[in-house]
Amino acid sequence: MEQKDDTLFIKLIPYIDKYGILLLIAIMLLVLHLLQPDVFFSWRNITNIFKQISWQSMLALGVFMVIVTAGIDLSVGSILMLSLMALAISSRAGLPWQIVVLVAPAVGLVCGMINGLGITILRMPHPFIMTLGTLYIFRGVGNLISGGVPIGGFANQIRSIGNGKIKLEWLYGEGAAQYIPSSLIIIIIIYVIFWIFLNQTKIGKWIYAIGGNPGAARAAGINVNRILVLVYTLCGFLAGIGALILAGRTGSAYPNAGLQSELDAIAAVIIGGASFFGGRGTVLGVFAGVFIMGLLRNGLNLMNVSVFWQQVLIGSIIILAVYIDVLRRQFGTRK
Amino acid sequence: MISNPPDIILEAKGISKYFGTITALESANLSLRPGEVLGVVGDNGAGKSTLMKVLSGLFKQSAGSIFFEGKKVEFSSPRDSQNLGIEMVYQDLALAENLPIGDNIFLGREPTRKFGPFKFLDHKQKRQLTEEHLSRLKINVKSADQRVEELSGGQRQAVAIARATAFDAKIVIMDEPTAALAVKEVGKVLDLIKGLKNLGVGVIVISHRMDDIFTVSDRVMALFQGTNFAESHLRETSRDEVIGWIMGKKI
Repeated sequence: MEQKDDTLFIKLIPYIDKYGILLLIAIMLLVLHLLQPDVFFSWRNITNIFKQISWQSMLALGVFMVIVTAGIDLSVGSILMLSLMALAISSRAGLPWQIVVLVAPAVGLVCGMINGLGITILRMPHPFIMTLGTLYIFRGVGNLISGGVPIGGFANQIRSIGNGKIKLEWLYGEGAAQYIPSSLIIIIIIYVIFWIFLNQTKIGKWIYAIGGNPGAARAAGINVNRILVLVYTLCGFLAGIGALILAGRTGSAYPNAGLQSELDAIAAVIIGGASFFGGRGTVLGVFAGVFIMGLLRNGLNLMNVSVFWQQVLIGSIIILAVYIDVLRRQFGTRK
Repeated sequence: MISNPPDIILEAKGISKYFGTITALESANLSLRPGEVLGVVGDNGAGKSTLMKVLSGLFKQSAGSIFFEGKKVEFSSPRDSQNLGIEMVYQDLALAENLPIGDNIFLGREPTRKFGPFKFLDHKQKRQLTEEHLSRLKINVKSADQRVEELSGGQRQAVAIARATAFDAKIVIMDEPTAALAVKEVGKVLDLIKGLKNLGVGVIVISHRMDDIFTVSDRVMALFQGTNFAESHLRETSRDEVIGWIMGKKI
């Protein structure tokens, strides 16, 4: 009898793997709707969730790619802050917005490349070390160039990237309040591009192969170090995009921007079903992970639950998600 | 002495390899003809795997030269040797266990289709080529989409060999291809080696198992402490003699 239960459970694992996260989201949506029937499913609240998760979703996507290679990037929060400060300073210096808009992604890209080159050329024993170092360095540099004070006042064009509204008057009639936040459009575009990159290109396949067995990738003639540099560079670039979105949302660059957001990004990736051991996970899963964290915060805020409970819940979900990963490895592979 | 007719396809001359202060290989030589199976024996640390990894381009030799079809070649990556038709089946299999069978067979050489300036993976073609190739080698798996981690040791070895033979290899190097296998599966791998030989592929087999060496090889060479120790056509030697070579003894 026990044998039978076991096999049923093992058979369920791939489905839990694939659809468990969507089930979790559906349950959360239902519960939040039942608890807050008037507010939760309002246009205003739903768009609000997407606006809140917009910049974190960029960090999570970058960290996801890094984790697929069995690496880690602890510096994304600091990259975001440094990119944001660089954007603010170039804006204050009076550069045209067409230039300013490029500053944050460019700075992020360079920071990411520094991580990648450090990990490969300096042969750091683990990416944890290199990115822990740059976590301090990038934030320090950000404070050095800004003097450690907030810098505000961005051009409208810059602000509209993270804060723009695409009005739906054509759909809902003149003067309708419904709109799609521009940051949601950015999330969708970026996530689709990276889905294609990871699933439909050779390099995407190689990123998964490196996470599965770097030796096999090397034996297959793949230049593992070059791919790793690319992955960390793209991760930094995405943090720069996150900075651009955050600039629009807050209207200023501030010293604590992105503080500890690297941990949120890692949490979202893990909740989204990616394996911390590398080689496993999906772009859709990452988005689901980010969305779950956003839902949790939103729902608990709506119900005036203390922020401390949010911490307890997010922590619990991380442990649960990884426990599912452990079970999957135990039953899903032959030893 | 073994004669060197001009049809030698692969020749390594005076290969040395140092890892820091450790000498793994010292002036090792090797030659191989098309359709020939060369058995390579030697104790642990004799330099067999190192020599093979030099021939496959995974390691760069510290000294010495490699000649392919009479021309001197330099390998800076396994990709270079693969492009010439030299494939290697590694002892640790070198498979990405998280990926499906087909992805492993084509890893690094994925079929693509063009879409404007971009190249995208052709999943359909990959699946089709994988199924054709597996059935050609008479390898039974549930599906080409099965992940390698779900396979048995023998199936994994078969996938590794399938990977080495999917691209019209001229030379296949196998490092302990039967070491991790059940008895039943060993015969299958040896049959695959004979099949390659009949296709005119040159095969180098490293093995600790005298049964393997004496079943499939045409010629056997022994390495001892990083250098050539002895070499013979199979019909001119015996198991006892070869075992003696492994231990560094000549009768």
